[in-house]
Amino acid sequence: MNPARKRKLTIVLFLLAGVAVAVGLTTYAFRQNINLFYDPSQIAGGEAPVNVRIRAGGMVEEGSVARDPDSLKVQFRVTDYSSSVTVHYEGILPDLFAEGQGVVATGQLNENREFVASEVLAKHDEQYMPPEVSEALERSAARAREEGREMPEY
Amino acid sequence: MWQFFHKLGSPKWFYGIAGRFMPWLLGLGLVLSLAGIVWGLAFAPQDYLQGNSYRIIFIHVPTAFLAQSVYMMMAVAGVITLVWKMKLADVFVRAAAPVGAILTVLALFTGAVWGKPTWGTWWIWDARLTSMLILLFLYLGIIGLSHAYSDEKTAARAVAVLTVVGVVNIPIIKYSVNWWNTLHQPATFKLTEKPTMVPEMWVPLLLAVLGTYLLFGWVSLYRMQTEVLRRERRTRWVKDVIAAGGGSQLKSGGA
Repeated sequence: MNPARKRKLTIVLFLLAGVAVAVGLTTYAFRQNINLFYDPSQIAGGEAPVNVRIRAGGMVEEGSVARDPDSLKVQFRVTDYSSSVTVHYEGILPDLFAEGQGVVATGQLNENREFVASEVLAKHDEQYMPPEVSEALERSAARAREEGREMPEY
Repeated sequence: MWQFFHKLGSPKWFYGIAGRFMPWLLGLGLVLSLAGIVWGLAFAPQDYLQGNSYRIIFIHVPTAFLAQSVYMMMAVAGVITLVWKMKLADVFVRAAAPVGAILTVLALFTGAVWGKPTWGTWWIWDARLTSMLILLFLYLGIIGLSHAYSDEKTAARAVAVLTVVGVVNIPIIKYSVNWWNTLHQPATFKLTEKPTMVPEMWVPLLLAVLGTYLLFGWVSLYRMQTEVLRRERRTRWVKDVIAAGGGSQLKSGGA
């Protein structure tokens, strides 16, 4: 490569590296603002502010959903499998809302460190499969539980 | 290899070779993407959780994938413009930018249409969606900047610098779902692992992605041919091409 082009290529690469470092540091500094939601561990650890509009996200704990029979009020626990937070919500839940599924709720933490949500969104995971496959997986998981075996993670 | 690179310096040679490739790109691209989309929309199995609404991935994933891929190609062309001053690289950036912008709009739109029934919202300012919106603005900026100068060389350099600088957004889009908490799910497909999807779902998706690539190849070569004709309009060979109309030895691959 002739020297003039070599010099230009070096300049371009330095420019790119410089911009990458600048953007990297900026996004690192703003990481808490870029994060869409606080997870239950952060809430339990006191990182999330009280009485400020924030989002909380995680998995809906199995067996934790309690609906009020006379209204749209619903209460459930959101967990990241190390901590969990109780969420109160009144309104229509998205179709994909279910126990064991991911959710992102918008609302405020009250003094009891319980989350009062004004909006609940369902978070879809990266798994796609036909209903037959999902049923077969559930059947084999149930069989494995009966026989006391560990199921591989899917 | 180097000979090919040098030959690309000749607009006439490029015009001819592009015209020979284009019918193949168009034909194969149409066959593959139609096969993938029809298979995906009509015959692939339903999803256990989302039912039929997941089928939008057969449009969403190819357009979102290409939107990022096209930008990477443009950034490589930008480096070539800056270092080797190859005019054809600049022609490519100008030809590809509007196509990339349209692909990004399609990806954002199909994502919103899917997001409403699945998440419960059209739009959320999470890292993946926001960085994809920034990609759209980068494309629009490149298109705007390329028309802002009357001098071609100045425009080429300015556009190349903007394109190369903007490439830092691409890894941010790709890894946004891993680096930060987002509503958008992480990638289903990873290069290093075999897909967790059943083949009846990922094969049509792969066909649609390949088809979209080939169609992009066709449309960008077509647009490059047009730009080459415009830039070379005062030369002998272009006058010959136009005089000969469709009977020219140098074929346009346009439909």
